Amino acid sequence: MPSSPAARPRVGLFATCLMNLFRPNIGFATAKLLEEAGCTVEVPSAQTCCGQPGYNSGDVDAARALARQVIAVFEGFDYVVGPSGSCMATLRVDYPKLFAGDADWLPRAEALAAKTHELLSFLTDVRGMKAVAADYAGIATYHDSCSGLRSLGIKAQPRLLLGAVGGLELTEMRDADVCCGFGGTFCVKYPEISSRMADEKTANIEASGADTLLGGDLGCLLHMAGRLKRQGSPVKVFHTAEVLAGMATGEGIGGTSK
Amino acid sequence: MKVSSPQFKEKSVIALADPRLRQALGQSRKGFVNKRAELVGALPEFEQLRDEARDLKNHVLDNLDHYLERYEAAVTAAGGHVHWARDAEEARSIILNICQRVNAKTITKGKSMVSEEIGLNDALEAKGYTVVETDLGEYIIQLAHEPPSHIIAPAIHKTKEQVSELFEAAHGGPRKTTVAELVTEARLVLRDKYFQADVGITGGNFLVAETGSSIIVTNEGNGDLTQTLARVHIVTSGIERIVPTLEDVALFLRILARSATGQETETYTTLSTGPRRPHDLDGPEEYHVVLVDNGRTKMLGGKFQDMLRCIRCGACMNHCPVYGAIGGHAYGWVYPGPMGSVLTPLFVGLDATYDLPNACTLNGRCESVCPVRIPLPELLRELRHMQHQQGIRPQGERRALGAWRFVAERPGLYQFANRLAARVLKGLGGSTGRIASLPFAGAWTDSRDMPAPEGKTFLELWQARSKP
Repeated sequence: MPSSPAARPRVGLFATCLMNLFRPNIGFATAKLLEEAGCTVEVPSAQTCCGQPGYNSGDVDAARALARQVIAVFEGFDYVVGPSGSCMATLRVDYPKLFAGDADWLPRAEALAAKTHELLSFLTDVRGMKAVAADYAGIATYHDSCSGLRSLGIKAQPRLLLGAVGGLELTEMRDADVCCGFGGTFCVKYPEISSRMADEKTANIEASGADTLLGGDLGCLLHMAGRLKRQGSPVKVFHTAEVLAGMATGEGIGGTSK
Repeated sequence: MKVSSPQFKEKSVIALADPRLRQALGQSRKGFVNKRAELVGALPEFEQLRDEARDLKNHVLDNLDHYLERYEAAVTAAGGHVHWARDAEEARSIILNICQRVNAKTITKGKSMVSEEIGLNDALEAKGYTVVETDLGEYIIQLAHEPPSHIIAPAIHKTKEQVSELFEAAHGGPRKTTVAELVTEARLVLRDKYFQADVGITGGNFLVAETGSSIIVTNEGNGDLTQTLARVHIVTSGIERIVPTLEDVALFLRILARSATGQETETYTTLSTGPRRPHDLDGPEEYHVVLVDNGRTKMLGGKFQDMLRCIRCGACMNHCPVYGAIGGHAYGWVYPGPMGSVLTPLFVGLDATYDLPNACTLNGRCESVCPVRIPLPELLRELRHMQHQQGIRPQGERRALGAWRFVAERPGLYQFANRLAARVLKGLGGSTGRIASLPFAGAWTDSRDMPAPEGKTFLELWQARSKP
């Protein structure tokens, strides 16, 4: 566990591409939770993408170029935190691999990786948060996004904090840890396979009896919401951070149910 | 076996539309997954066994020449013969020569993925031999004239009703409808074949360097009859399947059965060491091992050496949601699912297999269950890197990647592009908050709505809020 460098650590908020474009509400929820956890939040405006699309597409050069940019922008902070297991795993797990053998950049990549955290892991594992002052009236089921679960070990943390939300009943769906079929560019390169995987997921969501789907990665949430809405499902979709910050209002991701 | 991997997309779409495939795959895979989870949960040292198995395999691969030589010496000392095959053609011709020399007519076969890999059945049948697969799943697909769709459950894509139809057509009526009746019928038909067989061909789950033994594990006992009752026993195996000692085999047996079928042990674990000795009650007159390279030595010492640890349990495909959606045939060669998506490009070439490393969400469930901890997602990503370097990626994708990089390297342009997109997409979403159809994004919107953005980007809202 990293030591806490200051009484009120400076956190660089990593604004993931999808959050920045599709759902700023998640960014503000993240900032609110970080402040509640005793941190000072800054959002560097020079940030762009973590580079994962290049890395996963085999364009390692592009991934390295963007990784260097991220490292330069964020290495001055005490922590780097973002509301995504996928992007944060790229910083935390993949950056050191990208610069293996690079005497200049490997130490910087490793230093950044060590202070980079996915939001829920940061709040609970690093800041010791056990409760939140939020209410949500509904029955929610939580989808374990793959990178967060398998690269960062995020499983108990969201459930712990969601358990503290007033009025919220958490129910487990079957196969909560099975991929929803998003997979970054996979969902548009193999749309038929991706949709079938989403169907398996939405069937399990519906069968759980939940009226709300929660998760920690907007890519997966956009995908599942897109399929749920296409099927005419009334299930609302929010990012976990929105619920924990008391900012899960309105129709959720994907809009109205009609 | 012919490679149809270039038709991956077409074949996967056809597979998705097949309701019987969906039914067949759903049931058996869930069984494998649930039983594995139950048994692994009941064995506290399972994770430690995975580490030990990984380390032991690494040790063998680092010293493969040594162990192969020891193995050959032990087989020879036991009266058997080791044959070295550089590629599929050499392997086929070694086996054809043996069959010809012993005047074989009928050949029985236990399940062997290497024999599929080298296209053995077609070669034997072309020379006029009668080839009978004795593993129930292999027997079913032999009747259907289809390749296996799973490495341990070759007929996993068939429903009981389809098997019923195949058996009726092959054996005559009346049609059997229960599993017990179908199994009984297959046993009766196969029983005679074991006694007629001149040559019995099996795979080898493990080859023991210390004793020269080959080991097979089955649930039907068909492998035992195949290798014990024929005059000649031929083992076909990849060169990487060596383990140093019998003691080591015990470690692998513990993780193999649990990972593969969710059993503590398979029903039959059978050791063969050389041909029948003077005082033995049964066993073959000749014992041959055909060790197949076929691309494996090229993987040694490189980024893909980890893949040679594979013990062919099938857990990766049992847990792969892509395999679960499309089954094994779409992958287009012998080895499907995650392990196949790594092996096939390495064995048959990157050009014909573009889709295999890409048709994966990198969700990592395969790696999380692999008994020898093969980093499958990392290897698939490495194959994508090789595709990128060799210019195999389609031009449209390359352009899109190039454009993404150009914009993402320029924060000002990136913010501008996002602000623009947020506004345009919000407009398209109208009052519903989602977009049902989007030009150039049909790959998404054909089957899914696209949630619309809120209208402004997080960064611009944050900056506006932060201004005094």
